[in-house]
Amino acid sequence: MRQVLLDGWNNTVEFVRTFGAFQLFFLRLLAHSPSLLFTRFNVVVYQVYNAGALSLVIIMICGLFVGAVLALQAYSNMSIFNAEDWTGVAAHLALVKELGPVMTAILFAARAGTALTSEIGLMKATDQLAAMEMMAVNPVRRVLVPRFLGGVISMPLLAAIFSAVGMFGAHLVGVELFQVDVGSFWQQIQLIAESSDINEGIIKSIVFGFAASVIAVWEGYNAIPTAEGVARATTRTVVITAIAILVFDFMITAALI
Amino acid sequence: MNELSENLIVIRDLKYSRGPRVIFEGLNLTIRRGEITALMGPSGTGKTTLLRLITRQLIPQQGTITIDGIDISTLSQKELYQLRQRFGMLFQNGALLTDLSVFENVAFPLREHTELSNRLIRHVVLTKLHAVGLRGAADMMPAELSGGMARRVALARAMVMDPDILIYDEPFVGLDPISLGVIVRLVRRMNDALGITSIVVSHDVEEISTVADRTFLISNGKVAASGSPDELKTASSDLVRQFMHGMADGPVAFHFDAPDYEEQLLGRDSE
Repeated sequence: MRQVLLDGWNNTVEFVRTFGAFQLFFLRLLAHSPSLLFTRFNVVVYQVYNAGALSLVIIMICGLFVGAVLALQAYSNMSIFNAEDWTGVAAHLALVKELGPVMTAILFAARAGTALTSEIGLMKATDQLAAMEMMAVNPVRRVLVPRFLGGVISMPLLAAIFSAVGMFGAHLVGVELFQVDVGSFWQQIQLIAESSDINEGIIKSIVFGFAASVIAVWEGYNAIPTAEGVARATTRTVVITAIAILVFDFMITAALI
Repeated sequence: MNELSENLIVIRDLKYSRGPRVIFEGLNLTIRRGEITALMGPSGTGKTTLLRLITRQLIPQQGTITIDGIDISTLSQKELYQLRQRFGMLFQNGALLTDLSVFENVAFPLREHTELSNRLIRHVVLTKLHAVGLRGAADMMPAELSGGMARRVALARAMVMDPDILIYDEPFVGLDPISLGVIVRLVRRMNDALGITSIVVSHDVEEISTVADRTFLISNGKVAASGSPDELKTASSDLVRQFMHGMADGPVAFHFDAPDYEEQLLGRDSE
């Protein structure tokens, strides 16, 4: 019993210590960000390409199918009440407020987050970060901050593209497949949708961008510098990001309702 | 020359432990300016750790390390980075930045620390690459290089800022005889031509004997012996003789600590 309590206490202390270190790490990234944006903008742009542009294909394909399946579900249920015209509204609200930011963040973690973690972890394992330290170059500023900013900038853009392509998928199913009147489909959206819906999606995608990027970078930087250590860190990135995104999603939604 | 200007790096009463394991205890060592100093010792004695302590990548629990009379533990982050610009370090695996070409790897410190024009950077980088014989590989990526070539590129990068101190971590490991000869000659040539101080960590007795001016043999957390390579070869200490002549057993036991062999084979050790 005493051992169980002792283990529990040690784990709690370790958790609090790690969480504190994580917050300090986040503050360090934020502190370096403005100067890097102004002095090494080209490095940040390259990371936006890495994290954002290279994730475009998977984001667009997933967006298309998520929009299409939303329209399928909406149409099949709305048609019971002869409310097929509302298919577009249902898809729009679900995409812009929830699925756009959430799905994009989880896909981002799976595609770009894992790449960031494994890249930084391998740089650590092959002494590249130590070599930078020895060349009097701060690896936090030169390696971590550009990757962090690349993720932060990419996420809202990717979420917007996800939602836009999702609406195209919904249009294909609702209008082209089920012959919902195209005017009604888009007119209802225009009548019902408010800017606050879009703002909610934007706020979420910005918060998710910070969360997913800092977790990926943190896990890479703190990975045990072995093959197994990097593999574990990569897995943790996806798991922790997915949980964090869903918790933040609930908190933001509750705050904005 | 007075003592301060002759002694570049002075380590006094150094203690460093990792968890419960004591790596160094009461280590004293002096590295003289302009010489090639070799740090040798059996595997696991902490030679690379000592390099990391000298460059303050690690912080000792006790003792002082002074470079040019400055206690490095008192330096701020900015002052430390200024000091590190006087260092060049060759890592065991080269540690080239894998997303940059050979040229950009060598140019990296210049781009980070100077405002030189692209034309001038190109001039300096090509000069350094020429010195290590790899001017023709400037456009290659690190993944395309052999182990020996990667180490030579890393050497070009280490000296691109014209450092005062060049540190080599196991520069001779895993090289074919030709690459090995090239690296050995480069270590000597860099030291003499550029007037720098070199610290070489190695356990390659033959190679180190040809280049080192002074050798420190580190064992059990202390300096076990020091002197020129020839002096060490003729030393009477059992440990020094075992190490310098590559004998399998001696003060450094062949067998790692283990239970009694017979007892273990018969399964009695777990009873």
